Amino acid sequence: MSAPTTDRPAAGTEFEPTTWTGSIRKRWLNTLPPEKMLPENQPSYVASWIYVFGMLTIVALLIVLVSGSILTVGGVQWFHTSSLGHFVNSLHYWSVQLFFMFMLVHLAGKFWMAAWRGGRALTWMTGVAAFLSSVGVAFTGYTITTNFNSQWIAFEAKDVMNAAGVGAVFNVADFGQMVLLHVMLLPVVLGVIVVAHVLLVRKHGVVPPLQAIDNEITGGVASS
Amino acid sequence: MELWGVSLDQPATYWQIWEWVSVSIPNLLWILAMVGLFVGALLIPFPKGKDES
Repeated sequence: MSAPTTDRPAAGTEFEPTTWTGSIRKRWLNTLPPEKMLPENQPSYVASWIYVFGMLTIVALLIVLVSGSILTVGGVQWFHTSSLGHFVNSLHYWSVQLFFMFMLVHLAGKFWMAAWRGGRALTWMTGVAAFLSSVGVAFTGYTITTNFNSQWIAFEAKDVMNAAGVGAVFNVADFGQMVLLHVMLLPVVLGVIVVAHVLLVRKHGVVPPLQAIDNEITGGVASS
Repeated sequence: MELWGVSLDQPATYWQIWEWVSVSIPNLLWILAMVGLFVGALLIPFPKGKDES
């Protein structure tokens, strides 16, 4: 397997745009030509389990989004009283647990291979932003499960938010505000950040391990 | 209900590590699973593709 070459201009970019849509298309194709956007091959060093956890995190996130959508349609009474509702509720909860577990393994892997190298600082920072916004989505979710646990979490967190001086605008005891943040605003924010993160990974390519760089300098061959 | 020695319908038992430093057993198990996944991802060989055999 080898990295796609990017020396030649991408197909469809040899034109002078006269409209703003044409300018966007040309810039998009120069930045992310189809062979980078949807590659068929990856470098040999990607053949390692540690490179799988980014995609596992996205798969878990998709299950979170689908199960959350079903919970939204079914409603509180449905997911508290019916067996199918219990199942979807549990699916939502456990896919969140796996989402965070995979994301932290992904984070540890990328940290120890210094994944911000080679102009990938923005990729790293969008990952940081994705992690922080995930904490926000999860937190608002824990306050709206409509049971004693969520009541306890909300009223403990209320004191923290008031101590931090943000309780007036971020009122964790306001169920309506927490629901709307959890099912609408924060998932959209997280979704946009995750898409940007993936596009940046496509643009810069998967970060090579430190060993591959050493081998390149010393003339050795990168091994998987 | 018990699963692997962890009761799922009772408050979790805590391991008091030092003064106010403590961790619940379910959280500890989850953290150990995460560390195990990380170590496994580094050590377990990745299967070869058909074109690499």
